[in-house]
Amino acid sequence: MSTTTETPRTGARSGRLTSGLRNLLDSAVTPLTVDDLLDHFAPLRTGAAAGLQGRIVSVESETADAATIVIKPGRDWAGHIPGQYVRVGVDVNGIRLWRTYSLTHGPRRDGRISITVKAIPGGAVSQHLVRNARAGQMLHLAQAEGDFVLTPARAGRRQKLLLVTAGSGITPVIGMLRNLYSRNESARDAAVAAFDIVLVHSAMKRDEVIFGAELRAHAEAGRLRLVERHTDTDGLLTIADLEAEVADLAERTAYACGPAGLLDTLEEFYAERRLTLHTERFRAAVVDVEAEGGTLTFGGPSDRVVETDGSVPILDAAESAGVLMPSGCRMGICMGCVLPMTSGAVRDLRTGDLTVAVPGETNPGGVPIQTCISAAAGDCHIDH
Amino acid sequence: MTTITKKPANPIAHLSPEQIEALGAELDAIRDEVIETRGDRDAAYIRKVVDVQRKLELGSRAVLLASIFPPAWILGTAGLSVAKILENMEIGHNVMHGQWDWMRDPKIHSTTWEWDNATPSEAWKHSHNQVHHTHTNIIGKDNDLGYGIMRVDEEQRWYPLYLAQPLWNFINACLFEYGIAAYDLELGRNLSKPKDKRPESFTKGVKDTLKKIRKQATKDYLVNPALSIPTGSFLPTLAANVTANVVRNLWSHSVIMCGHFPEGVETFELKSIPDNETRGEWYLRQMLGSANFSGSTALHIMSGNLSHQIEHHLFPDLPSNRYAEVAPKVKAVFDKYELTYLTRPFVPQVASAWHKVIRLSFPNGWLETTTPTNLPTQLVALYKITTADKRKRRVMLKLLERKAKQEYAEAA
Repeated sequence: MSTTTETPRTGARSGRLTSGLRNLLDSAVTPLTVDDLLDHFAPLRTGAAAGLQGRIVSVESETADAATIVIKPGRDWAGHIPGQYVRVGVDVNGIRLWRTYSLTHGPRRDGRISITVKAIPGGAVSQHLVRNARAGQMLHLAQAEGDFVLTPARAGRRQKLLLVTAGSGITPVIGMLRNLYSRNESARDAAVAAFDIVLVHSAMKRDEVIFGAELRAHAEAGRLRLVERHTDTDGLLTIADLEAEVADLAERTAYACGPAGLLDTLEEFYAERRLTLHTERFRAAVVDVEAEGGTLTFGGPSDRVVETDGSVPILDAAESAGVLMPSGCRMGICMGCVLPMTSGAVRDLRTGDLTVAVPGETNPGGVPIQTCISAAAGDCHIDH
Repeated sequence: MTTITKKPANPIAHLSPEQIEALGAELDAIRDEVIETRGDRDAAYIRKVVDVQRKLELGSRAVLLASIFPPAWILGTAGLSVAKILENMEIGHNVMHGQWDWMRDPKIHSTTWEWDNATPSEAWKHSHNQVHHTHTNIIGKDNDLGYGIMRVDEEQRWYPLYLAQPLWNFINACLFEYGIAAYDLELGRNLSKPKDKRPESFTKGVKDTLKKIRKQATKDYLVNPALSIPTGSFLPTLAANVTANVVRNLWSHSVIMCGHFPEGVETFELKSIPDNETRGEWYLRQMLGSANFSGSTALHIMSGNLSHQIEHHLFPDLPSNRYAEVAPKVKAVFDKYELTYLTRPFVPQVASAWHKVIRLSFPNGWLETTTPTNLPTQLVALYKITTADKRKRRVMLKLLERKAKQEYAEAA
């Protein structure tokens, strides 16, 4: 008993000591903190004041317009499960922009992480990462998120999986596959025994298949069955194609990642058949609503008035006007961008639903709204 | 100086309303050009300045740990003074203006920045960004004009107390950060009210300011000296911190005096400002109400680019590193519309501001009519004005002013 209580007590005391020392040092550099100063020397250490960052280790080209960026994350990186994504903050022409990318490796022994980015025409961040990112540059990171992950292998039962991907939708799946097959010989054999995988992957043409060589090598070695479709010649994947290619489709747990059109079709089909489908979307599907817009008034410390139209998320409109906004996934999932609206109306850009705040009727503290998927439907007062 | 509407030759009388709006459009175009080209280069600049400032401050404080040795004291004090100046001028003032908000970096943003100064950034942003920058040089509206404690315009009535104004100004310069804190709180106005009539915001403001001052003083005058005790350097480090703060105060006071005080800067009557002042009219007021000073790049950076006060007042939220670049274009607009772009080298500009402080500490016309030969009689006259009763004094002041005008007319 006495030994078990001793340890935490010493720990607590030393914790108090270091926090006492820290307070003293902070008081020597106020209004900064010691962490603010240490950031200038060791931005990747635990407890960085500027938040979690990563240093680019290498940029490897995958296809003509896709590249894998290997990053050494800061000490606070909490790890990830293959298939998860990470939010990355990149300074593009001086402006910090955040985007979400799938992690394309399983946990690596060297502690590095990677994302694979396809340069979208006109895409500020993707173009910057593929064309201008260089080893040594710093990125801001959030922790890994997402539940697009495989259920762990169970002894004695082979899991039958169908993976349907298109374009850069391969990125979360390659993370899963590398975790299964690319670690070492024994792990690979165990994975082959535990998973029976069919991968249906679409890309415009053969040399645009990101990780093409790697996927084909897995197929040749008999680790998975690869159905590669080149939409330039084969056309877009249809449900009929899928059923023809995968005879035992109903027995397979399905994972899909790709453009919204593909995912919508699959979701409809799987719901009808009452089969299990996991999907990963990179952008919220936006419905067409009449652009109304209005004036956004930010009360509180921000103290800013922003004009916006009804097609732009409040988050984007406010950021463009220089308001420092809390943000997260930017697709309506993580609730990292929620702010209280004290009066006004906003429209959910995914569903078209209206949310209204009326002073005196709705919550006096304001109605919480997700700024990343809400557009102004009239003048709004937001407490921020 | 007289508010421009009361001047015999109004410097903007030659401009039609259309011209004023055209001038506004030209300035808007200059502004848009900078905004369109804002980017990596600018972001790298401010990050570099922040990096250099922090390392300089840290290094200087490290050297001061052994400040018992005179060379360490000199080096550390000089470094700390420069670091404090950089922090307040090129970084703090400009970040709080929102000049870097476009980067969306929460660490360099007007809503999160706290500076190394007695006044909390929240209070500063209100009194400086909103009140001063909006109501620039409007008598009675812009408290930056004399900070409510000085006579900065001929139209303000002269009282004998103003004779001490140069001394006040010097004391204010030495303690400038506290002066600003008091001014941000509108201390004079609020303290003159009965306790229960003072607004709640004032009570909160006082609390926040005292908290900030306590933290600042603890850092400079207690913790850092205490860290120097092992080398026996408590007192030298304390002295170094006091010195650095006074140097920073004197410097920032001088820079700020150059912005709106020098001879030739115009002031405005509240009633001459239309209720819905147009963009062009607002620009025009900023153009005439500010003054620049010229000098080296180092001087510009150390002044927080307030050496480009005119450009700063036209475009308070453009990145400070761009003011030098837009200055020739702004000057071309001044020339085109026949307005005076007021600029002098730093030292003459500071001298000009001080000259005005001294001139206005005397009754209107007194300094102008004084020569070395008539000094004794002038002093007697001043004594008489000072000791006269209210009514007599008013008559004497008028006579003096008339005399000065006559002399001026004769000389011309």
